[in-house]
Amino acid sequence: MSRPGFVLEVDRSTPPILFHHGEGFRLEKLPAGSRVIYPAEPVAPLKDPDAAIRHALLNPVGDSQPLPSLLRSGMKLTIAMDNQAVPLPPMQQPDNRQRVIEIVLDMAAAAGVDDVELIIAHGLHRRQTEPELRHMLGDRIYDSFAPHGMLTQHDAEDHDNLVLVGRTEQGEHVELNKRAVTSDLLIYVNVNLVAMDGGHKSTMTGISSYRSLKHHHNVTGMQHSRSFMDPPNSELHNSTWRMGRLLAGAVKIFQIETTVNTDTFPSQFGFLQKREWEWSARDRASYLATSKSLDRVPPRIARSIFHGIKSPQKMTSVQAGEVEAVHKLTLENVHKQHLVPVQGQTDVLTMGLPYVGPYNVNSILNPLLVMCLGLGYFFNLYRGKPLVRKGGVVILSHPTRWEFHPVHHPSYIDFFEQVLTETTDPLEIEKKFEEDFATDPWYIHLYRNSYAYHGVHAFYMWYWGAHALQHVGQVIIVGGEPRAVRRMGFKPASTLRDALEMAEDVVGRNPSITHIHNPPIFLADVT
Amino acid sequence: MRVTARFPLGKPNWPSSVPRPPVERRTGVDYETDWARTHAARLARAVIVDDVLRPVLHLIASPTVHGEDRLVGLEAPAIFVANHHSHLDTSVLLTSLPDRFRHKAVVAAAADYFFTTRAKGAMSALAIGAIPMERTKVGRRSADLAAELLEDGWNLIMFPEGGRSPDGWGRAFRGGAAYLALRCGRPVVPLYLEGTGRLWRRGKTWPKVAGKGEGVHLVFGSPMWPEDGEDARRLAARVEQAVGALADEWSTDWWSARRRAAAGTTPALTGPSGGAWRRAWALDATASSRSGRRSWP
Repeated sequence: MSRPGFVLEVDRSTPPILFHHGEGFRLEKLPAGSRVIYPAEPVAPLKDPDAAIRHALLNPVGDSQPLPSLLRSGMKLTIAMDNQAVPLPPMQQPDNRQRVIEIVLDMAAAAGVDDVELIIAHGLHRRQTEPELRHMLGDRIYDSFAPHGMLTQHDAEDHDNLVLVGRTEQGEHVELNKRAVTSDLLIYVNVNLVAMDGGHKSTMTGISSYRSLKHHHNVTGMQHSRSFMDPPNSELHNSTWRMGRLLAGAVKIFQIETTVNTDTFPSQFGFLQKREWEWSARDRASYLATSKSLDRVPPRIARSIFHGIKSPQKMTSVQAGEVEAVHKLTLENVHKQHLVPVQGQTDVLTMGLPYVGPYNVNSILNPLLVMCLGLGYFFNLYRGKPLVRKGGVVILSHPTRWEFHPVHHPSYIDFFEQVLTETTDPLEIEKKFEEDFATDPWYIHLYRNSYAYHGVHAFYMWYWGAHALQHVGQVIIVGGEPRAVRRMGFKPASTLRDALEMAEDVVGRNPSITHIHNPPIFLADVT
Repeated sequence: MRVTARFPLGKPNWPSSVPRPPVERRTGVDYETDWARTHAARLARAVIVDDVLRPVLHLIASPTVHGEDRLVGLEAPAIFVANHHSHLDTSVLLTSLPDRFRHKAVVAAAADYFFTTRAKGAMSALAIGAIPMERTKVGRRSADLAAELLEDGWNLIMFPEGGRSPDGWGRAFRGGAAYLALRCGRPVVPLYLEGTGRLWRRGKTWPKVAGKGEGVHLVFGSPMWPEDGEDARRLAARVEQAVGALADEWSTDWWSARRRAAAGTTPALTGPSGGAWRRAWALDATASSRSGRRSWP
């Protein structure tokens, strides 16, 4: 039985608390009276995931027939799936997607379906490399489909292969991958890491175009998503739900969603998922050995060590059938693992940012991604009210080096150099610069033919933090490279103590402090 | 002319009216292998397998493993069942199975081949953890021993074709592995071995070293549990089909193999019927596009 998450009240006897710090860690002594929110321990995984998948496919929820009765010889079947942005870190093989798709294909083979295409629904993300695809899908699926061109990566700029399904009453364009929309059956396979993922958002971001995405990936939408981790109160989800319902009226969709537990790090990094006072001698030794050796190796080497981590996350549930009915169950299962009740907001919110976010698998967590991970994802991991009060301070801990992956994030470099030097206001950025970047032929070329994120993706990173930027009074980055931190309009600090002192200038003396001990991930239920 | 010393210098005659006591056989299926499963013997075997067999095997056969992810979540003990072409097969399995299985594994070996003398039996039991298995007649002793070991947590490696392939094609699977799976309620893991026969086929004294692209391949299948009401014959047939489907998967791709399996058109391991030359000719057609070599001429 896993223990639930809880809020620790720090007193003088509390040991130093672990902060993630990019490709490293810090132990920080928090002032007495601070709170630390600990995630729940990993919930028990499914004993026999394959049997659970079969059961879900044969007993779908909502208005859907069992999968075998939807399959027939001569039909056109498309299986779309989440890309490697989830789960994080990438999970040890076999990935949930491999397990599910192999069983789906077994059923398709039994029904005599020949025309099958697999689509990686990565929206405006970069294409995945062959080793990344093999890791995610396994060699069997890759070798069966990729050589025949039947395993494709969605191309949001291939206008010949996009089709406008229609427009919602609010005028939102629903423009999606042609193969998916013209199939007799579209099966979507999801891995739900956080409450934001899944549901209609899967198709509406994964296999759509810029024209479609900009209806929900925009500053106003983000500022009205309180938070985007809580779908009923998220404008992002309202929009994707409207658009998704339009699609569901045009195409038969069979949604398969899976959840994973928070068994995030392998045993050699076991101390990262333990409460500090429960660290054994082995944990302490591995912490010391790891952090000391990481301090001594160049960041490039440390990064490659960390990106080699494959998480032992396991499937905790699988549900299939009609999109909304499926997603309701998925959210319940995600909440079982993630929800931690927290009472009251805080003046100062501290967080240690790890080496990886959804957009830098096998890549660099550049300053824009630091902002997105801290002010976008971690800030929004709440339900009810934000953890930090209006006008409060957020303190991030991350090296925030002025460093970008030139292949994966080319438009980020220009965004950092050209856009942020003029303004950091998301609304102004959106108005003045977005269109140029989104339609720049060079970025489009790199997105389609290299391994680059789309030109507009850097903007989305900034928009992801728009709600936080509007809400907080100041952002401080501990240990960050000063010029990179200042470029984003934040303040650098060398130590947490300095940062807390600087925060007092904004929120007053003796502020309340809350630290989120994340990852492993949780969702604060703030009342 | 043979000169024999007369009793008492020589051997006495056995009176014909007195029945001879039964000779206690200590070879063949009666060879006792308990000693080879003591901790000391297991340690010695681990050294032999990991420090002798493995390097030699990598030198001559460069084995590659596929589909190991299918065993994720499977708990020991299990019965591993493979097609059989060569003496290399056992070594490939013993060095390629996941650690949680291979460190506590016994190999069902032909009692009439590996246990004909005590020295051969001792060598086989020590080096590969062999247990004698009757293959020429039906006997309870070897089945009881195998079942006892399975119940005791030992994994069992079996080649249900009953011997190495004489011509490169497989032979019909016997029911022993399926019987044990049903009796002990443990799963059968189908395995397909490719290429071992090319390097050391039946009848050759020494193996040859694999050239470029000639390494051997081991494909793991998904564990198969006996179904409700299934008898050994049906389970054995299912296992044989599963190994056939793995062979198909290896020579084409997984999706094509699944479609053929669903349609019941998976090529049989036993190959086509007909004259020997036609079987040899057809063997070439099954060579995987991945290995890029022809086995004929």
